[in-house]
Amino acid sequence: MDLQTSKAPSPKLPHTALDRVVPHSESDWNDAAAPAAERHALIKSEAAGVQLNLGELWHYRELLYFLTLRDIKVRYKQTLMGVAWVIIQPLLTVLIFTLVFNRFVRLETGSLPYPLFALSGLLLWLFFANAVTNSTHSLVSNANLITKVYFPRMFIPAASVGAGLVDLSVAFLLLVALCFYYGVALTLQILLLPIFVLMMALLALGVGLFAAAVTVKYRDLRHALPFIIQLWMFASPVIYPTSVVPQKWKWLVTINPVAGIIEGFRAAITGQHFDWIHIFISLVITLAVLASAIYVFRRFEDTFADVV
Amino acid sequence: MNTAIKINQVSKRYRIGGLHPGYMTFREMLGGLVTAPFRKLKSGNGSQTLWALSDINLEIGQGELVGIIGHNGAGKSTLLKILSRVTKPTTGEVELFGRIGSLLEVGTGFHPDLTGRENIFLSGAILGMRRKEIERKFDEIVAFSELEKFIETSVKWYSSGMYVRLAFSVAAHLEPEILMMDEVLAVGDAAFQHKCLDKMNAIRQQGRTILFVSHDMAAITRLCRRVVLLENGVVSFDGEAREVVKRYLSSSLKTGALKEWTNQHDAPGDQVARLRRVRVRTSDGVTTAVVDIRQPFGIEIAYDVLAEGHALVPVVEFYNEEGTELFSTHDTSSNWRRQPRPPGTYTSTVQIPGNLLAEGSLVGHVSIMSHFPATVLHAQERNAVAFQVVDGPAGDSARGDYIGPMPGVIRPLLQWTTETNELSPKSNVQSPTSAGNS
Repeated sequence: MDLQTSKAPSPKLPHTALDRVVPHSESDWNDAAAPAAERHALIKSEAAGVQLNLGELWHYRELLYFLTLRDIKVRYKQTLMGVAWVIIQPLLTVLIFTLVFNRFVRLETGSLPYPLFALSGLLLWLFFANAVTNSTHSLVSNANLITKVYFPRMFIPAASVGAGLVDLSVAFLLLVALCFYYGVALTLQILLLPIFVLMMALLALGVGLFAAAVTVKYRDLRHALPFIIQLWMFASPVIYPTSVVPQKWKWLVTINPVAGIIEGFRAAITGQHFDWIHIFISLVITLAVLASAIYVFRRFEDTFADVV
Repeated sequence: MNTAIKINQVSKRYRIGGLHPGYMTFREMLGGLVTAPFRKLKSGNGSQTLWALSDINLEIGQGELVGIIGHNGAGKSTLLKILSRVTKPTTGEVELFGRIGSLLEVGTGFHPDLTGRENIFLSGAILGMRRKEIERKFDEIVAFSELEKFIETSVKWYSSGMYVRLAFSVAAHLEPEILMMDEVLAVGDAAFQHKCLDKMNAIRQQGRTILFVSHDMAAITRLCRRVVLLENGVVSFDGEAREVVKRYLSSSLKTGALKEWTNQHDAPGDQVARLRRVRVRTSDGVTTAVVDIRQPFGIEIAYDVLAEGHALVPVVEFYNEEGTELFSTHDTSSNWRRQPRPPGTYTSTVQIPGNLLAEGSLVGHVSIMSHFPATVLHAQERNAVAFQVVDGPAGDSARGDYIGPMPGVIRPLLQWTTETNELSPKSNVQSPTSAGNS
């Protein structure tokens, strides 16, 4: 009798959750895809110094995708015009600058119609400015994540840059439309366009990582940032051509990586010639900025959870 | 036993204090650059720092379920944060063997503007799941949350209960080899807490390692064989659950297992009777703040009788944490019933049988009354003693093998009988006949 009782199914206590939680198979646990890093981890102290640990970034790469997706989706949820803003923002900006620099000031932009000149610069600039601004704020606004779970923190600002890239590719349609409108024929040079977009993304990531890491500890950067961004725009040939820059300030354009990248981008669209030396200087500076930003970020990273 | 977690001389320092609450402003930094070379000379180390953990050494084996207890600020959360790699130790290192899952809160990574579906993927990825893994378990996660109808709705429209259900479903499918939980059980309704405990039990049964931080002593003793007590950032005790909980309670309860009045004038009472000592004692006479649910124990009251002619009745009333009075008991022993107690010193003890009270924190109010000629309350001490009734994982208490929270203010171990008509092994026909028909 007793035996019979014990063989009966487990009592109807609310134990049902148990059955569903149990994994399907052992393979779920011993996921062959899981690298050794996941099986064994050594947590070192702050004193152990900066570890770049790039392999870990690769391991978490899917998270970058999900965080980027989140940033894109969240931005246009509960907006009336949704993604249309990606077009409207540069369109209005170009209208304003065209009015000021083309109708009032009559700025000389060579063979290019001013609206096309300005838009080709503004698209890339707005991408840069938004990416830097968003990544600077990203760590502080994701404080709840940073203090609760571990993952490479670099992905939070990186996702801001990634989301900006998606915006840029949509806004690019506006530029194509304007090219058709002014009858500017696209040449094979357009194939080089992704190089400049990539360079700008790397520069935005570099500046964004640095600013984000610093902002966690020194909140004033958030207030200073709009001025820095604005100053940077006027210091770059976004809405005016380099030709109007006085000779004694030319060096500033040369060392400003944004200048080289934007001019390369513009040349790729309009078929004008590339200033390869300037582009190369910009590339070197961009990579230097990115490398030092990654280093600084890794250095600050350990204490994010404590100070954010 | 293989090691799952090895903590080696881990210390964690936080900077605290007025001018440097975590983050600083540029102005302070610039000022700091100027004074920095001098500051080291001036203050040395430690004046504005707090050692949240100092020199922690622990080794936790695979398959162990270890509870971590301690007062607020003892370093429990810091330890979990270090183990889950949210923050780094200032010195020392930790070795982890196995995939780690940490639940330091419910709904990590949820975004209110995203739908349930989107949040499952986002939160899953943040907690460390692969995309394929989430895709494979997606239907299961949704079914577990019972939110099929709302999965395409933004979670900001969810009720808090729905939110917690979805969040926990994601976490429950994380399937780590080492799980760390911080007070997540404190949120949510009883049903949700239940799911948490079930989940922990399931993980334990699969031989996974669990670290469990909680203030719920009942849950700790029920689930864990080993408990670590942290006090001011150091491991002050590491051992058998009930022993550690006992130590913790003896240092934390404002009211303890023993209350004494050395001076008769300060003791509660009137000119007839005054309380001198109240304590919770085991059947061996040892004062204890922790009572095994299966064992009988006593409340012992020592009191002075100062005047002739009063038939005194000691009374104990038991209250639980919610303030519910469980019962009261009056001294009805025949030898003193209606008998005046002559002046002198008395000690009366009431025996509470084992398997009567439910687990939890209880307090005893003690009074001395007399009923003739009219009922008079001579002495009373509210919250005279406090103690914890604890259950264990042995399975011979009223809960048997069930590990979840059991409702009710009493927990008697009752006799059950079951009768059955044994089915003949060859017959597959199920005939649910009641015992009475045979």
